[in-house]
Amino acid sequence: MHADPAGVLTGVHFLDGDHACCEGCLAAGARFAAGYPITPSTEVVERFASRIPTVGGIFVQMEDELAASMTLQGAVWAGAKAFTVTSGPGFSLMMENIGYAAMTETPCVFVDVQRGGPGTGLPTLPAQADMMQCRWGSHGDYAVIALCPNSPQECFDLTVRAFNLAEKYRVPVMVMMDEVVGHMTEKVLIPPAEEIEIQPRRHTRKVPGEFNLYAPTGDLVPEMVHAGEGYNFHVTSLTHDERGYPSTTPQVQHSLVNRLTDKIYRNLDDIVTFDSHGCEDAEVVVVSYGITSRVAQRAIDLAVQSGRRVGRFRIVTAWPFPEKQIRELAGRVRALVVPELNLGQMVREVERCAGGRCRVVSVPHAGGAVHAPEDILNAIEEALQ
Amino acid sequence: MTAAGGLPALESNPVEPFLRMDRMPHIWCPGCGIGTTVNCFIRALLDSGADRQNLTVVSGIGCTGRVAGYLRLDSFHTTHGRAIPFATGLKLANPKLNVVVYSGDGDLTAIGGNHLIHAARRNLDLKVICVNNLIYGMTGGQTAPTTPRDVITSTAPYGTFDANFNLPHLMDAAGAVYVARWTVYHVKQLARAMAEALSKKGFSFIEVISPCPTLYQRRNGQGDGLNALQHYKQVSVVRHGAPTQEVGIGRHGEIAVGKFVDRVRPDYQELRRAHLQESLGGRYADTLHLEECECPS
Repeated sequence: MHADPAGVLTGVHFLDGDHACCEGCLAAGARFAAGYPITPSTEVVERFASRIPTVGGIFVQMEDELAASMTLQGAVWAGAKAFTVTSGPGFSLMMENIGYAAMTETPCVFVDVQRGGPGTGLPTLPAQADMMQCRWGSHGDYAVIALCPNSPQECFDLTVRAFNLAEKYRVPVMVMMDEVVGHMTEKVLIPPAEEIEIQPRRHTRKVPGEFNLYAPTGDLVPEMVHAGEGYNFHVTSLTHDERGYPSTTPQVQHSLVNRLTDKIYRNLDDIVTFDSHGCEDAEVVVVSYGITSRVAQRAIDLAVQSGRRVGRFRIVTAWPFPEKQIRELAGRVRALVVPELNLGQMVREVERCAGGRCRVVSVPHAGGAVHAPEDILNAIEEALQ
Repeated sequence: MTAAGGLPALESNPVEPFLRMDRMPHIWCPGCGIGTTVNCFIRALLDSGADRQNLTVVSGIGCTGRVAGYLRLDSFHTTHGRAIPFATGLKLANPKLNVVVYSGDGDLTAIGGNHLIHAARRNLDLKVICVNNLIYGMTGGQTAPTTPRDVITSTAPYGTFDANFNLPHLMDAAGAVYVARWTVYHVKQLARAMAEALSKKGFSFIEVISPCPTLYQRRNGQGDGLNALQHYKQVSVVRHGAPTQEVGIGRHGEIAVGKFVDRVRPDYQELRRAHLQESLGGRYADTLHLEECECPS
C-alpha cells in the first residue's frame, strides 16, 4: 500500500528535525495526534496542528502527558493511526501507558526529543539519556522498537518507518530524537506518495463470532478490529487469554508475555537496521547513534587521515539492539568506542554483546552540548594503545 | 426448568445478551451495588433502543473498572484514571461511536480527576457513569476524595477529617450539560437517567451512590448491603434542579438525588468543526471517521 497523497508534502524542503518528523507522521498516514507542550518537542505538534485541518484529521491538546498517551490509543482503536510527542519529564509520565500499548498491542508511535535530565534538567539542550528508559521504562517484561534519527531527513524517513513497524508488529514504536536533531535545519527530500510504502493495519477478515482478539497469527502478531464494527471485543491490559479475557494463571501469563517479546525478537532481521562504513579492516569501530554519530564521524575522519583504521557503526534501531552485528564486530576489532550523550547507557549493550572479546571504551557526556570531536578522537587513540 | 433456588426460571433474562455470560460469576462482593447499576444500564440500553454496534464502554481500574469486561459490547479496560482520555480518542477519531465511561469514584475523581474536569470543560460528547461507593474498594477500603468526614477507612483508622468532593457541584462548575445523582435503591430512576444521558449530546455525568458492604458499611457499623438500601430509601430526597452547591454528601444526613443540571451548549466537535470551517473556508478537510486501513467493513 502507498501513502495517501493528501498527507505527503512531496518536494525538497529546508526543515528542522521536529518539522520533518511531523511530515513523516503525515506521510505515514497519521491523522490523529494528542499532545501536551514540552520543550524541545513541541514544534512537531505545532506543525501538525497547523497542517492537519487541511489534510483531514484531529489534533487535540490534552491536559497532561498521562492523557495524551492514552487519548492516542483510544483513537487507534477507533481506526486511526496516531502518535504523541514529548521530551524527558513527559516521557516519564507516559511510561505506564506505553506499557498499556505494549500489553494491548496497540500500534502507535511515541516521539521523544531528548533533553538533559534528570528532573527538569536542561529543557533546551540535548541529551541521549532516555535510551534505557524507552526500552525498560514501563514495568514488567515487554518489547518495543526504538529508532534513532541523526538528521532532519531521517526524522522524516524513520518516522514513516516507525508507523510501519508499529502496524506490522503491533507495538509502540519510539522515535528517539534529541534536541540538536530536533532543532537543526537541513535539506529534507519528501518523495512522491506512490514511492512511500505504507504498512496497513492488520485488520482481520474474519467475521464476528469467528474472531478472537488475541489469537496470534503465524508471525505471533494478532489481527485487529476497531470499535463500532460489531465484534463486541474486550481490550484489557490485565493478563489476558486469546479472547482478551482476564486470566490469573501462570500459563496464560507465560504464553502472553513471551509472545509479546518473541514477536519482536524472532524478527530481528526485518527490524534491525544500522549504518556501517569502513568496518571490514578496522582496528577500532566507533559505535554511536543520533546526533553523536555526526560528531563521531569527524573524529573517525581525523583518525583515518592520520593513518588509523577506524570504522563507523551507527545504531539506527536502538531496540531491538543490533546484537548479531556487534557480536560479529567484537570478534575482529581491537576495540569498540562508544560515545553517547549520557553517562553510559547503550555502551552496556555493546559490552554485553562484545562479551570480553574486544575492549569497549565508553565516551560519556552528561548532556547540554554535544561531544567535542577531540574527546572521541582521544578515545580512539587510547583504544589503539 | 427451575433455577438453583427452586424458583421458576424465566425462559430468558433480557439483560443476558448484553453480558459476557462466559465470564460469570463476576468478582463483586455480596451486597455490592455495582451489579445493580449494570442491570440499570442494560435496561437503559433496551429502553432507549440505543445503537448497540456503535456503543462503546470504557472503564478505568477498580471494582467499577471491571464493568467494561462484563458487558458484551466493544469495551475497554484502561489504565488507572485514564478512561476519559482513552474515550476522548475513541470519540474524536470516530464521532459515530456513543462512548460511555463507566468507572468508580477513585478512578474518575482522584487519579483521573484532571481528565474529568477537562472533558466537562471541553463538553466532549461522553457519558460518564460514576459509581460512588465513597471508598477505594478493590485495594481494601482506603480513603477516597469522596469519603465523607468521620468515616473509618483502612488508611484513616482514626477517622477521616478532610473535606470530600461534591461531585455534582464539581461537574456543574466544569461545564457538564447533564448532571444527575441517584442511589442503587432508585433503579427505575437510574435506568431512566442513563437512557436520557445516552441520547443527550455533550458531557453527561451520572453519580450513583452505591454501597461497599465489605469495606465501608462494615467498618462504619452500617450493616450489610440490604441495610444500605434501606438507608438510601430513608435519607434520599428528590431535588431536581437543586443548586449543586447544596447537594454535598456527609456520613449522615440527606442524600439529594435527582437531575441537577440539564442544559444545552455546543459540544467540542461541533465547536471545532464550525471554527475550522470559518477559519479555513474551502481549505478545511472535514473528515468524520479517521480509519486508516483497508477494513472489510
